[in-house]
Amino acid sequence: MTRHHLALTALAALLAWPAHALEKIIIDQGYDNQTRIAVVPFDGGLVGDDDIADIISFDLARSGQFDALPAENMLSLPTHPEDVLFRDWRVLGIEYVVIGRMWSNAQGELAVAWHLFDVFNERELMAANLAAPPAKARDIAHRIADDVYERITGVPGAFSTRIIYVLATDAGTAQARYLLKIADSDGARSRTLFNSDQPLLSASWSPDARRVAYVSFESGRQAIVVQDLATGARQRVAEYRGLNGAPVFSPDGQRLALVLSRDGNPEIYVMDLAGDRALRRVTRYPGAIDTEPSWSADGRSLIFTSDRGGRPQIYRIELANSMIERLTFQGDYNARARLLPDGQHLIYVHRRRGTYHIAWQDLERNDVRVLTETSLDESPSIAPNGMMLIYATQNAGRGILAVVSIDGRVKYKLPSDEGDVREPAWSPYIDALSPDSRH
Amino acid sequence: MTRTPLKRRSPKQTFGAIATILAAGILAGCAGCASPEAPAPIEIPDEPEEIAPIVADPEPARPTDADGVWLDENGRPIARTVYFDFDQAVLKPRDLRVLERHAEFLRDNRSRTLTIEGHCDERGTREYNLALGERRANAVQDFLTSAGVRSSQLETVSYGEERPVDVGHDESAWSKNRRAELIYR
Repeated sequence: MTRHHLALTALAALLAWPAHALEKIIIDQGYDNQTRIAVVPFDGGLVGDDDIADIISFDLARSGQFDALPAENMLSLPTHPEDVLFRDWRVLGIEYVVIGRMWSNAQGELAVAWHLFDVFNERELMAANLAAPPAKARDIAHRIADDVYERITGVPGAFSTRIIYVLATDAGTAQARYLLKIADSDGARSRTLFNSDQPLLSASWSPDARRVAYVSFESGRQAIVVQDLATGARQRVAEYRGLNGAPVFSPDGQRLALVLSRDGNPEIYVMDLAGDRALRRVTRYPGAIDTEPSWSADGRSLIFTSDRGGRPQIYRIELANSMIERLTFQGDYNARARLLPDGQHLIYVHRRRGTYHIAWQDLERNDVRVLTETSLDESPSIAPNGMMLIYATQNAGRGILAVVSIDGRVKYKLPSDEGDVREPAWSPYIDALSPDSRH
Repeated sequence: MTRTPLKRRSPKQTFGAIATILAAGILAGCAGCASPEAPAPIEIPDEPEEIAPIVADPEPARPTDADGVWLDENGRPIARTVYFDFDQAVLKPRDLRVLERHAEFLRDNRSRTLTIEGHCDERGTREYNLALGERRANAVQDFLTSAGVRSSQLETVSYGEERPVDVGHDESAWSKNRRAELIYR
């Protein structure tokens, strides 16, 4: 583990990106028996400040499942398949090797040819060619990391994804500012989507990753805004009297679940986004708080937080017949739940001994596992491959983002160089290299 | 010239009157509710007869009403914030005198409007806290309307935990952040 940490620190030191700001990732904890991989520096792989092999290595390393060998420890630096000497890697205990070459093609694009080798079986597992505009060098690296990860683990990689989050500066003062940001899943390339002197929160992605919905107080009242990521166009879709909160897109992207208190009490509603924004009220429980809805993968039910039993707990409601079922029973504060892609497991905020953690629950057996041991942990958002989740926590009195694997064994932080960072939302899968990608 | 002696109500009498208004307000407010649960009992703990720390600047010349509530030059209480216990939206007895004075001002000035902001400490989830902040703002609104303020004079907005006055992460900060603010427009 110590060697692993040193390697990562060295690796992380090579990766720098401009301010604002999520700084270098700090990996706190990984698996004990990691897969040992070497991503050899690519021929032509230095694109501006980006070293393609380093980005791939760091993606794989932060999954916690891989130990990536630093280039200075490599015995040879092959860039063509015929130069790969398996013995050089076997003596280092390396199980897999990635090599590649990059050049500028006739269209002025960045082209890459890369290969993945299985050292013990001395064979090539994958080979591929890619090309993209030079500005997408990091996207090329993340794509290769996704493919390598999937070929070795059998699970699709989610390194090409994005995160949105809120950066709050000068909180608690008259100069407070709230910035809705988007960044790569490793924190690089952050940019501002919206900037307000009033609070922003509860951002969530449309399933096609082209729009985000969030809560904004920009008008002095609460409103739900849907913003197109490519054009920046914003629409206020809900601005009723009282609460207008917790927007989440349905899996088909046609509807938005949200919370309104316009009828006197916080209740869950579903808005038809395709049509005239007609509202259907889903819950009806005077005197109780019903909030924080989230969809099942089939779009037929919602899970939500309610204190109808006296304390906040997670419930599920079938939209067809309004049948309600309580899902959480351990503890007196369980809130803001999300379902894992398999629909069988729940992630939520769980209070234990006065502090707030991210918890995982198996819905069949109802066993609960607390995944985080920091305090004030909140807003968990699950990666589309269901392997990791990002959440907000406190570090040295400031809000930061952190990531934990679904089994709780891998942890890393994404520190920020300023302000409080919070309200993360992990994007669906995106294809940043497709010609019509808007990312 | 005979003067009718000013009848001063003792703080205890005032308190009793306000408690009655509060109770009536809560009962009236819930008359239409179909809640299967009984309304939460109004707990009036035996607090020492303390005056809330109303302003940071207690100038002795400041005018007060008969109950010792500091008033500004328009006859409005200087105190514009009431505080709540953790995860609660129940008004504290010590704040009722101040709220009653605000109600009196609003009854006497029907053109004046008030925005009530509900706020929470940072513990708990953000959206749940927006709902809890709304409950706190509604508790103040219900008190004022049952004390004769027109609902058209009042507006509520919840900021949940989004606008703390103290950004610390301990009980001292949290207790300042669990509040409702009365903002005259």
